[in-house]
This record gives sequence, structure tokens and C-alpha cells, in this order.
Amino acid sequence: MSTTTAVVTPDVTTAAGSPSPQGPPRRRSHLRKRLELLLLLGPATVLFVAFVFFPLVAASYYSLFDWNGFGPLTRFVGFDNYAKALGDPLFQGAIGHNLFIVIASLVVQLPLSIALALLLNGKIRGRTGLRLLVFAPYVLSEAVTAVIWLSLLQPNGVVDGLLESVGLGGLVQLWLADQSVVMFTIFAVVTWKYIGFGIILFLAGLQGVPEELREAAQIDGATGWQTTRLIVLPLLGPTIRIWVFLSIIGSLQLFDLVWIMTLGGPAGASTTMASYLIDRGFRRYEFGFGSAVAIILFVICFVFALFYQRFALRRDTQGAITGRVE
Amino acid sequence: MTATTLAPAKSRAPFSAMTPVRYLFALLIVGVTVAPLLFVILGGFRTNAQINTDPAGLPSPWVFSNYANILASESFWRFLGNSALISISSTAIAVGLGSMAAFALSRYRFKGREALYSMFTIGLLFPLGVAILPVYLLLRQLHLLESWVGVALPQAAFALPVTIIILRPFMAAIPTEIEDAAVVDGATRLGFFWRILLPLSRPALVTVSVLAFITSWNGYLLPLLVFNDPANFTLPLGVATFQSQYAQDTASILAFTALSIVPALVFFIFAERHIVGGLTGSVKG
Repeated sequence: MSTTTAVVTPDVTTAAGSPSPQGPPRRRSHLRKRLELLLLLGPATVLFVAFVFFPLVAASYYSLFDWNGFGPLTRFVGFDNYAKALGDPLFQGAIGHNLFIVIASLVVQLPLSIALALLLNGKIRGRTGLRLLVFAPYVLSEAVTAVIWLSLLQPNGVVDGLLESVGLGGLVQLWLADQSVVMFTIFAVVTWKYIGFGIILFLAGLQGVPEELREAAQIDGATGWQTTRLIVLPLLGPTIRIWVFLSIIGSLQLFDLVWIMTLGGPAGASTTMASYLIDRGFRRYEFGFGSAVAIILFVICFVFALFYQRFALRRDTQGAITGRVE
Repeated sequence: MTATTLAPAKSRAPFSAMTPVRYLFALLIVGVTVAPLLFVILGGFRTNAQINTDPAGLPSPWVFSNYANILASESFWRFLGNSALISISSTAIAVGLGSMAAFALSRYRFKGREALYSMFTIGLLFPLGVAILPVYLLLRQLHLLESWVGVALPQAAFALPVTIIILRPFMAAIPTEIEDAAVVDGATRLGFFWRILLPLSRPALVTVSVLAFITSWNGYLLPLLVFNDPANFTLPLGVATFQSQYAQDTASILAFTALSIVPALVFFIFAERHIVGGLTGSVKG
């Protein structure tokens, strides 16, 4: 029995390539292979389709209706929900807030985490412990992070107290209640939480830069800065591109932090696409409209990922779209 | 001191001048990342009066009642238990089903294999938020609202892409000679999977388990929507709710938050290598 199945080893599966004279055993082994595949792939596929794939299809269907999530789908409205969402200043603001986080991450977090990784990559005592500490906020949930910073940022709280004690009392703000400040505050918290991830990623990337290359450059008289700019950074390219990808996808999906810290307020000043979607879908029971928002969010993520995959990542990963790791 | 006398031999002039700067920055980074955590932990040992009069001060005197109250409260332990139950089941499902699928996708040839693989990988781009409305309706229909299964199953489904993407190349890289030898020794293909491939894949399995576990442990949106009854809350949901319910009682909030950080940090210290390995591993495709 077991010898018959040997025919089906993956590399020999071009069954024609190894013709076994007797018909029946081969057919039986084919059947067996199918059963094995069904057993191995069936459960994962069913689970995935049920909770990931089907919901997307369902959402695109619901998005065409005016529907509160109960009863039959009768009030077909076509693309009205999409038009309504895209025309809503609150949603436009939400897109803007997500874009703000995307751009601020690229401009602030990226250089900062590369610089810090370069620093930590040098010979320092206690480097391992340092890396562990820097990475710690990354493992906390966004919910816990949000609660921590709510306590720190409350009026007359620690942040205010510290600013005053160093003579910068003039900088004290209503960190989460001032419309013009709140997104900066949220960005700062996002940075606190995720900077360690970038640092660790770039430190790992730096491991891949051969020491000989740096030494050779130094022997040729390159300064430390020149070595970094001309040798190290280009070799860090793949890591940078992955970071950018993960950062943008993460920024587009920002939800937990915002929801707990501000509920998208004050007056929508920190609403993100995801918080808008949850607010409409689950607090106001606008399931059709919320689905349209979900599809818009999906299309934005998908189009970005597709382009990014095609133009930036292809060299590095050959098809593997990598990790949503939160 | 000996280290400093030895070091110059290798990395010379430009680096030694940088060393104090390096340490300064290192200290600064640690300060910024750790200070908030320290504030939370120490704050739990203070009274609200202490916190109000001097927000950034040290406990004086040290108060243990905040922590004692939380540790004595049934709800904290229940949140912890709920989180553990959900994360462990979700991880087991994701890694169990994911490794079976990765095995099939890496070592069988069949029509539609790459299409199926692409379907799983595209799943990475579906944020949970996008699917959440239909997922909620589906759970309602299956009577899984207010049930831990209703959180564990979708979380496992959303963990499948990362699991399969990391496991497939790992399993594909295990030499076919080993498989041939097993077959010669009379193993069936499933026997090979169970007795040889899975043990050999252990490093990758640990990595994907850690990633799935953390994602599930930290999940907020799904529990938020599935659970209304506080008895079912997970830790992130519990922390957020506690914060809004006891907004005036900062000291208790800090103690509660500090205690909820502990499991994450302990787990992290044990799993750090695998987390980083998983992330960088996935970077290299």
C-alpha cells in the first residue's frame, strides 16, 4: 500500500513521466492523493474563505444597499453609498488623517529608526538589553498603549508636569482635545509604539551588510558618513522597502489607538477610515454604507499594495507579500 | 575597561569619537521607550492624591492597595483567562490548519496550487476592518456572538496567510532525499508529514505560533464587537473599558494597566528571538 503511494511524490507527479503498467493502482493512488489534498487543504480553505474571502465579497454586495444589518436586502441604491461616503467631509477628513500618518511615518519614523539602528549597531555594552527594551512597546496591544498614553496626556498629567518642570510650560496643550493638535499627538503615540519595530528590522538588515565592504571603503579613505550613505543604505534597500510597505498598510488601517483615545474626535479631527467605518456600521447600524466605506478602504490598500509590489518590492521578494504583523 | 583597550584594534578613529554620543542616544531611546512604562508601573503604587499633586513623582509612601484590589478582583483574572483561551485556541487552529495547507502547497503538485496560494497571500491585504461587518453578521447567524469561538475562529482565519507564507518556503526547502528515504522505509506521505516534516519544521512553527499568538492576544476590534457581556471580555477590551469606567481613579487604572502589561512582556522576553526571526524571516521572503 505504502509503496503504491510512493508514485505520487511531488516531483514525480507528472504521472505520465513514470508510467506504471497497471492502471488500477495508479488510479487508486490518484484518488488517494486527492483525498490527502482535500484533508490537508480543506479545513484551512474553508476557514479562510468563510471569514476572509467571503466577507469581502459580501461587503461589496451589501455596499449597494441601504441596509441596517437586519432583515432582507431590499433597498438597492447602486453606488449611492460610495458617492455619499466620498462626498462626506468627515470621510474626506478621515482619508486625510490616514494620509497624514502615512507621510509623517515616512518622513519622521523612517529616518529616525534607521539612524537609531545605525547607532545601536555600533559597539555598545548592553546592546541586547537595549534592543529588548526598545522593542517592548511593540508587543503591547494598541489598546494598552492607548490607555497608557491617555493617563500620561491627561490635563495636568505627567506630560504637562514634565514640560512645566523643565520650563516649557508654554507648550502644554489639550493634547487630545484640541482639533489642531490631536493628530500630532496620535502620531507621536504611534511612533512610540512602532519605532522599536523599525529599529529591530533595520538592525537585522544591517546584519546583512558585510563588514568587509565597510572596511574596504574605510581603507579607501571614505568617511563614516560616506560609508553609510554609499554602502550601507543601498544595501539596506530591501529592508527599507519592506518597512515602507508595512508602515503604509498599517497607517491606512489605524483604528484601535484612535478609537480608545479619542473615538475619532474632537469633532472628527482624528477620525480615520477604519474608525469612520466602525462608527457608521456598528454605532449607527448603517451596514450598507459601512460596507461601501470598507470597500473603499480595501481598494486603497489593495491598489497601493499592487503598485508597490510591482514597482518596489518585486526585486526583493518575488511574489511574497509580507507580514501584517500587528 | 579591558573591552575599551581591545576595541580600537578593530574599529578605529571615526568610531571612538562617536562612542559617547552613541551611549547618550542609547540612553535617550531607552528613556523615551521605558519611562511611560515605568510611570504606569510606579503610578500603580501611588494614591490618586499623590498623582494629582505631583504627576511625575515617585510613590511616597508606597501604596499596595491598588494592585491588591486588582489582583483580588475576579474580573482581571477572568479577562486574563478569556484572553488566554482565545489566543491559545486561535493559535492552535491557525498553526494546525496552516501547516497542513503549507505542506500540501509546498510538496504536492496539483492543478490550481499557485492560485490557491495566491488566494491565501492576498489575504494579507485584507484588513480585518474591511471584513468586519460581514464577519459580524456571519457570527450572529452562527450564534457565535458572546462566544470565545466567535473571536478565535476569525482570528485564526486572518492568521492563516502569514502562517502559510512563512511555512511554505520552509517546508519546500526540506530536501526531497529525506522524503524519499522515509518512503523507502515505508512511511506514507501523511506519515512523513506527521513524523518527519513537522518535527523538522519546528523553528518555523514556533515563529508562526508566536506571531499568531501575539496578534490574537492584542486583538481589540473583534472582541469589541463580539462581546457585550463584560464576563466575556479579553484583556485589551477589559483595560479599555476599565479606563473609561474609572476615568477618575487614575491610580487603579495604572495598576490595572501595569498588570495587563506583565503577561505580554513575559511572553515577549521568552519569544523575542522568534518574533524578530519571524519578522526578518518574512522580510527575506
